[in-house]
Amino acid sequence: MTALAATATSTGEAVQFWVLGTVAVLGGLGTVLLRRAVHSALCLAGTMIILALFYLANGAYFLGVVQIVVYTGAVMMLFLFVLMLVGVSTADSLKETLKGQRWLAACCALGLGILLIAGIGQVTVGDFNGLGAANAPGNVPALASLLFTKYVVAFEVIGALLTVAAVGATLLTHRERVEKNKSQREQAEERVRSGKQLTPLPAPGVYARHNANDRPALLPDGTPSELSVSRTLRNRGQIREVSVEQMAQLAAIEQRTTEYHGRPGHAGPKDPGERAVERVRQAQDEPADRPVEQSADRRTAREEAAK
Amino acid sequence: MIGLLVGVPLFGAAVLLVGGRRLDRGGHWLATLLAAVSFVIGAVLFASMLGEDADARAMHSKWFSWVPVEGFQADVAFQLDQLSMTFVLLITGVGTLIHLYSVGYMEHDPRRRRFFAYLNLFLAAMLLLVLADNYLLLYVGWEGVGLASYLLIGFWQHKPSAATAAKKAFLVNRVGDAGLAIAVFLMFTTFGSFAFAPVLSSAGEASEGKLTAIGLMLLLAACGKSAQVPLQSWLGDAMEGPTPVSALIHAATMVTAGVYLITRSGAIFDGAPDAQLVVVTVGAVTLLFGAIVGCAKDDIKKALAGSTMSQIGYMVLAAGLGPIGYAFAIMHLVTHGFFKAGLFLGAGSVMHGMNDEVDMRRYGGLRKYMPVTFVTFGLGYLAIIGFPGLSGFFSKDQIIEAAFAKGGTQGWILGAVTLLGAAITAYYMTRVMLMTFFGEERWRRAPTPSPAQPDVEPAAETRGEHAVPDPHESPKIMTIPMIVLAFGSVFAGGIFKAGDSFVNWLEPVTRFEHGHSPVSATAVTTATIVALLLGVGAAYLQYGRKPVPALAPRGGLLTRAARRDLLQDDFNHVVLVSGGTHLTRSLVYVDNKLVDGAVNGTAAAFGGLSGRLRRLQNGFARSYAVSMFGGAAVLIAATLLMRAV
Amino acid sequence: MSPVNYVYLAALLFTIGATGVLIRRNAIVVFMCIELMLNAANLTLVAFSRMHGNLDGQIMAFFVMVVAAAEVVVGLAIIVMLYRSRHSASVDDASLMKL
Repeated sequence: MTALAATATSTGEAVQFWVLGTVAVLGGLGTVLLRRAVHSALCLAGTMIILALFYLANGAYFLGVVQIVVYTGAVMMLFLFVLMLVGVSTADSLKETLKGQRWLAACCALGLGILLIAGIGQVTVGDFNGLGAANAPGNVPALASLLFTKYVVAFEVIGALLTVAAVGATLLTHRERVEKNKSQREQAEERVRSGKQLTPLPAPGVYARHNANDRPALLPDGTPSELSVSRTLRNRGQIREVSVEQMAQLAAIEQRTTEYHGRPGHAGPKDPGERAVERVRQAQDEPADRPVEQSADRRTAREEAAK
Repeated sequence: MIGLLVGVPLFGAAVLLVGGRRLDRGGHWLATLLAAVSFVIGAVLFASMLGEDADARAMHSKWFSWVPVEGFQADVAFQLDQLSMTFVLLITGVGTLIHLYSVGYMEHDPRRRRFFAYLNLFLAAMLLLVLADNYLLLYVGWEGVGLASYLLIGFWQHKPSAATAAKKAFLVNRVGDAGLAIAVFLMFTTFGSFAFAPVLSSAGEASEGKLTAIGLMLLLAACGKSAQVPLQSWLGDAMEGPTPVSALIHAATMVTAGVYLITRSGAIFDGAPDAQLVVVTVGAVTLLFGAIVGCAKDDIKKALAGSTMSQIGYMVLAAGLGPIGYAFAIMHLVTHGFFKAGLFLGAGSVMHGMNDEVDMRRYGGLRKYMPVTFVTFGLGYLAIIGFPGLSGFFSKDQIIEAAFAKGGTQGWILGAVTLLGAAITAYYMTRVMLMTFFGEERWRRAPTPSPAQPDVEPAAETRGEHAVPDPHESPKIMTIPMIVLAFGSVFAGGIFKAGDSFVNWLEPVTRFEHGHSPVSATAVTTATIVALLLGVGAAYLQYGRKPVPALAPRGGLLTRAARRDLLQDDFNHVVLVSGGTHLTRSLVYVDNKLVDGAVNGTAAAFGGLSGRLRRLQNGFARSYAVSMFGGAAVLIAATLLMRAV
Repeated sequence: MSPVNYVYLAALLFTIGATGVLIRRNAIVVFMCIELMLNAANLTLVAFSRMHGNLDGQIMAFFVMVVAAAEVVVGLAIIVMLYRSRHSASVDDASLMKL
């Protein structure tokens, strides 16, 4: 490895540069262009790992490791945590809302890039001097001796900065509780007083074959109950539809049971299974491109009206 | 010691104003005592001054450096010379008597303590004015006098007329104050100093033009304070104040300030004959103006006010004559201080006994009911008309003589005017005397409501009751000052005249030259006495022989004009108010159209521009980021270009 | 291979990051783009360090990393705050200096 970071650049390094460099640029483009923030984060993590490899190739062993541990490890994890908080799977719309922003951004970015590259092109750069002498005691001891002698003041300041940042972040996200916690009794009384929903909300996914959280429970007449799904998922529009086939299967089972017992129409003119299938068919007749949330709202309203 | 003269009454004013209600009971005595203390200090200083040689009598005392700026030195320093001493004795002496009188006069006024505080303030300001050793400090006293007069004239501020009169006095005085301020500025640019000594000693070196300018500005100031034409209009209205205030303003303080200023600045006027000519003209015009107004007024105080204006006119005229007149101006000022104070206090005493009635047409025959007032008032009357042997005779006679001594046509004209003035003075003062103390007791008549006569101003400030008044003599505390002043009226002139003692006394300060009159002194005296007799005789024929009608007859054009103060307010209204209104209207028009147009246009242009620029500040972080990156790109481009070049 | 290639690559990544800052609305993605720009700068520092044969460049890169870490901590805290108050992580929604 030490030899690799010596003065000469081998063909191997050139190959490595071109291959990994292409991937790094692709990762960067992915970060910018992918609609889902998680995908962006993953692309960025890839680019960072490649940059870590470049550091290693350039004789910055310590930085390469730090890049992987701190950036790809800690910082990107932090990003992902916040993404989880904010909503992991929502896709950003890439449609521009600011008038002329896209054109201006394109001009600026292009101009900046062209100018930077033109500027670099004007400079005559010599070959690598190599870090052999500097890294002689080993990269980490050499860095450490610089850090704790020449740059010790900056190091201290940086330490202070980190402390301040940590305290600042704590303060920013800290919420002061300004009123007393409500006791269970108070909460119960409040709920009775508001008169909205006294009973516990229905649990999701009681339907025998799917007990996932995003799957609504079915009401006795076979319609899915929005209330059974977690409010967060509801707000994000991440409720999974109960598919038509499953409803049909349900209807078939009911049918068979009825036939087996030989008691036609024990619960009215139509049995629940049939009604459920009818309802689902009705729902499917509605326009297909209707957003999930809207129909969900409508159904929630209908449920409440039924009560 | 000199500072104490100013400090004592100032201290009194401060204590009375700050002390509040606790001093309501004894405050007036404290004020009177402090005024008397101030007079005693003045008398002590006078005695010590008499002990010195004539040339070494002036005293200086610097209290502290007021404005210690390089090239602009102003000190709070006092100068007490013979001229200041004369004023100090007059101000504190007459002032103390008026304080004493006010104790009786203001006995029932609930705001008596405040009144006495203002009186003390008035004394302090006036003393500061005459004791200052530089024009800047004099200006402070000048403004202080203006303030105190404002407070006192408007003392009965619940009366709108009093409030208006106070405002009028203050505003008219402001015009004069502006003149004094400009004069002080000019002095500083011309002489580089404010102090009397450098300014007056180097006055001869300055160009005549500058001296004339300074002199005219000083005259403007004097006109304001001394109620000379054209700034005379406030004096008559100032009668709205309590009568002791009128006495104080007319006799001891305020109006004498202008004469003091001109006399003090004599060196400047000596170098500016044009300015002197204006001074004597103003004096002569005012002399006749005041006298004519005095003839037509039925309000006793306003008649006396006209008389004051006229007498001050004599003094200003004398002061304008130069070294031949300064000493006589001051001499007349002092004697006038005595008899005018006596007359006003007498008038106040009459009003006091007559339910505050001021219309002389409702007096008459009062000599039986208030003998002391009658005698003292009578002595003052004899003094002011220049009855031989009394104060006014000596001082006025000297002025008339000096006027003739001016020489040439001017001398004849001035002499004639002063003689005419003496005759008219005798006429209107006799009229006052006859209408008040002699004749039918008209106050016994049932009051007849006066038909609306637009020309006749409502003469009487009848406060409430139409009941028949019960004339009575005033208490001792009011009559004693009147008696003292009557003594002054009788003997002061004679003492001053004896051996030319007054002239010799003032000579080191005001300088003195014997005027060479084209007519002999005896002839002048004879002419004066003849004029006096003519005036008295005419008044007796008109008011002594015939009954006085309770309502003023319509009168001739001049009478009606004189009743309206010779149309001074109408003149002011037409020229100043209407003219000012038109001027401001046109200025407002220019301002609205031109200035505002330009300003609004500029503002609209910037408004439109910023309305467009505002769109850049849309609050979107990404827009800002674009401009940031754009700027970075421009910087890089600039760097590259510089390298390429 | 010329060392300048590393610099070209860094310029390219930097420009890509800048473009992302300009066109993305999700605050977290904007933040990631800023990180990309910082990393691009770090790459040049490391390459120059090798070019000049001393370690100062690496020290600088190290400092940049620490500063970036601090910045991420505070920035993400701000984003969380924004999300709490506005229920959105869009930078365009935070266009007024009030809620």
